[in-house]
Amino acid sequence: MAKKTRTRGLAATPSATAAEGGDATFPWSTTNLTAPTAVAVALFALLVRVLVSLAPYSGQGTPPMYGDYEAQRHWMEITLHTPTAEWYRNTTANDLSYWGLDYPPLTAYQSLAHALLINVSLPQSVALSSSRGFESHESKLMMRWTVLSSDLLVFFPAAIYFVWVYFQRQVGVHGEERSAPWLLAMILLNPCLILIDHGHFQYNCISLGLTLGAIAAVLSRNDFAASILFSLAINHKQMSLYFAPAFFSHLLGKCLKRENPIFEVMKLGFAVIGTFAVVWWPYLHSIESAMEVLHRLAPFERGVFEDYVANFWCSTSLVIKWKKIFTIHSMKLLSLITTVFAFLPSFFQQLRAPSDEGFLFSLLNNSFSFYLFSYQVHEKSILLPLLPASLLALQEPTLCGWLMYCGLLSMYPLICRDRLLLQYGAVIGIFLTIFYSPQGKHVKGANRFSTQQKALMALGLICSVALHLVYLAFEPPKRYPFLFEALIVLFCFSQFVGFTFYTNAKQWLPLDHSSSMRIKKDL
Amino acid sequence: MAEAVWIWTVAACVKALLIPAYRSTDFEVHRHWLALTSSVPLRSWYSDTSAPSCSLDYPPLFAYFQRALALPATALGLRPDGLLRLSSSSPASATLPVLLYLRLSVIATDLVLLLAAAHLTRRRIPLSRRRLILVLLLWSPALLIVDHIHFQYNGYLLGILLLSLSLLEEGKDLAGGLAFAVLICSKHLFLVAAPLYFVYLLRHYCRGGLWKASRRLLTMGAVVGAVFAASFGPFLYYGQMQQVFSRLFPFGRGLCHAYWAPNFWVFYIVLDKVLSFMLAKLGFHIPAPKASFTGGLVGNSSQFAVLPQVTPLITFLLVLLAMSPCLIKAFQKPQPKHLIRWVAYAFTCGFMFGWHVHEKASLHFTIPLAIISMNSLDDARHYFLLSIVSCYSMFPLLFESQEYPIKVLLLAIYAILMWIGFSSYFGVGAATGGSKTDDSSGSDRKQEFLGKNGLLYLLGLMGVELWGQLLHPYIFGSRFPFVPLMLISMYCAVGMMYSWAWQLRQIVKCT
Repeated sequence: MAKKTRTRGLAATPSATAAEGGDATFPWSTTNLTAPTAVAVALFALLVRVLVSLAPYSGQGTPPMYGDYEAQRHWMEITLHTPTAEWYRNTTANDLSYWGLDYPPLTAYQSLAHALLINVSLPQSVALSSSRGFESHESKLMMRWTVLSSDLLVFFPAAIYFVWVYFQRQVGVHGEERSAPWLLAMILLNPCLILIDHGHFQYNCISLGLTLGAIAAVLSRNDFAASILFSLAINHKQMSLYFAPAFFSHLLGKCLKRENPIFEVMKLGFAVIGTFAVVWWPYLHSIESAMEVLHRLAPFERGVFEDYVANFWCSTSLVIKWKKIFTIHSMKLLSLITTVFAFLPSFFQQLRAPSDEGFLFSLLNNSFSFYLFSYQVHEKSILLPLLPASLLALQEPTLCGWLMYCGLLSMYPLICRDRLLLQYGAVIGIFLTIFYSPQGKHVKGANRFSTQQKALMALGLICSVALHLVYLAFEPPKRYPFLFEALIVLFCFSQFVGFTFYTNAKQWLPLDHSSSMRIKKDL
Repeated sequence: MAEAVWIWTVAACVKALLIPAYRSTDFEVHRHWLALTSSVPLRSWYSDTSAPSCSLDYPPLFAYFQRALALPATALGLRPDGLLRLSSSSPASATLPVLLYLRLSVIATDLVLLLAAAHLTRRRIPLSRRRLILVLLLWSPALLIVDHIHFQYNGYLLGILLLSLSLLEEGKDLAGGLAFAVLICSKHLFLVAAPLYFVYLLRHYCRGGLWKASRRLLTMGAVVGAVFAASFGPFLYYGQMQQVFSRLFPFGRGLCHAYWAPNFWVFYIVLDKVLSFMLAKLGFHIPAPKASFTGGLVGNSSQFAVLPQVTPLITFLLVLLAMSPCLIKAFQKPQPKHLIRWVAYAFTCGFMFGWHVHEKASLHFTIPLAIISMNSLDDARHYFLLSIVSCYSMFPLLFESQEYPIKVLLLAIYAILMWIGFSSYFGVGAATGGSKTDDSSGSDRKQEFLGKNGLLYLLGLMGVELWGQLLHPYIFGSRFPFVPLMLISMYCAVGMMYSWAWQLRQIVKCT
């Protein structure tokens, strides 16, 4: 439509072309990332977050345990009022059975920082013990604003840095027109991340933002900074370990190609160990206290998966009752072996031929193998694979869009529980409209599919929309109270497995030698 | 069209996210009207007193619109949820289905705005200009604040206004006149532009020979009359006209609203205060006025201590006087290409000098001015300032801290998009040979685009906001809560005065 009128305008009046030369470089009609465009995209993403944060949070008004919001608030209370050594220990002030701290120390420091801020204006909301289950309009606002500011301070700069580096290094460039603002919007408007952080209430933006910063640092050849940033990410949420094999193999692969591999490896190892030492300093005086923390971080007794996760164990448990067949110990071993086997191909690919594009694919493959096979996976863990998927939006627009959609669907029961349905619909709407922006990349990508593939995608779309509606409208049969959840899980699992095969193949197929060659040139 | 729909959809998603946000008493007022029109017989729509604070004070066509809105609600079975209950309740206590229904109805009726925007841009205008117009119209932050947070139905009313302007610009005078008649019968605040419409249509449509002119005059009269008959007829039949008019024009309300709209009268009041203060210092006996302006009540009839009293008649004459240049111009040379400028100016006059003006009325001229903001660099500059001032003057509508980041972000995004749009539109248009200027020199061009005074004025705006948000509470605590509001009114009034004078100059000089 837009194209047609443009030519008509040209033919009609020659004078109009002069005025048309000044085509407004709106974020959706330009391919360059200038400062005003980046600010416009970022502010819009921030606006969407602020709007989602009007919604109720998880566990609002549901005593006695409430939800993740109360967990975060409780950690603020604990870190503010008890000495550092007791944060992970069961004491009279710190009852670990009530939302005990189970994230690494950086999360605890972040809670303390936020607690200090909130304590200035609303001390009763973080008072020791008496504030349990504290809920008020003001405290909700304050808590929401701590997430918003964390997002703005960590995830946003990381995303802008990544997009800048991505175009600076011309990662996977094929000469066609590619829109940098569009890529930035795809990363920042990740609907799952927005809903979980600003609706459900968590601080994934910090760990994912640190990871994203590390990825950008890797792409800009700053491996030392990347190691530090990624270590920080692990120290904020241990789930960031999903990316560890990718970082490890890529960085090791690059080190091995250098002149002095041992020195290079030692340099990075020093960065990692140094960062860990600084973060863990209060717990390093004795092995006991360190083990105390470690024990809190690995809650194996919680089972192989929680609720309904679209991963291998949960999907197949409809047929094979894994939890009954195996003990916790053998289950741990089994999941470890399967996970390692799942990420080995992409691990070796990066070790052998580290490349920028391959690194992004390997991040996706690694996180997916952990999501699908590892022990103790939440439905929210889908956020981890979705991060590299959004980074690959320009190479694989359809994959990115479809994966986002499936990721959202896999969290649909959780969203319904949290009463975020309105926000869910609106955020999908925003993501899709931006995805199909008038001059986005998808236009070229869409034509590549054959009729069969299109039919298959349409079928998937119809199925998923039907699942959405059925879940809302119908009561499940009495004999199978979780029938619809199981169907959603099965659908998403089938998609995820398909994607894993596809992206693994993509990583191995030598599509882009140039990027690997460029790395060699840099070294 | 595709891009218009895209831009509208993005806005609609944002509007959907605004559903749980703060809503003013206007929400309850509109809910009550829905209940009133669907459960009370038509003859007593305007005399019903079941909820005195929410009595119907819009013209009948809007009441019919509310009646129509209630139809799907009854079909959906929303009656038990209190949507159609007559008693008034607080807007915060609305149940979720009621909230969803009313908010979604505003979003849905915004389709009229989309239609009008698409109609405006369907003609052969360059792509970049079309895109800019669509963005300016469909993403107006002031409209979002008033309609989708504060709660009103301005989107579809302004859509009708734009449709009328678009039709008139194309030379379809009869349809344009019809649309305007519909508009007046939906919201009588638009009556301000009626003299201009009258003069323009008289001179532009009713011309030719005596026979042709009088035939056209009759046709136009019949069409407009039919609209009025359809809307007011039933009430005339029931003998309710007096009651209707007393509701539509409540002159007992006072010169200014509780929060002063940023117009000419702000200066008048402040001058009065300053004079009375100084004269009292000099030893004169100044009787204190009975009603104070800062009391915050809507109903009080204002009094001045020193300056002469202002009556509705005076404001009426002042508006007409201020409007006269564009009336004369329209009489002399009724050209469609100047129409939007004239209409916007007429609304500006009504806003600047009218009786009991709300700050929301500034939408009536900022939205149409968006269409012609790309005529010249001066127009763009003026629109840039005016839209920011107009939106900022609505900030006090949302006083809760929850909505604070939302209103700031809405305005900031709009300002950046305007800045991107205008600077690239004119930046390249001015350069001979069409070579793209480097975008990195943005700060230099900002100086160029805004000018020193404009930049200073905007910085001052930030200063006023900073004072109200941080310094005033810090220094005075909760004392003098009206001072920040007064500052905003006065500061925005300066901008509005400038806008009015600029438009006047433009009309005298160029049309």
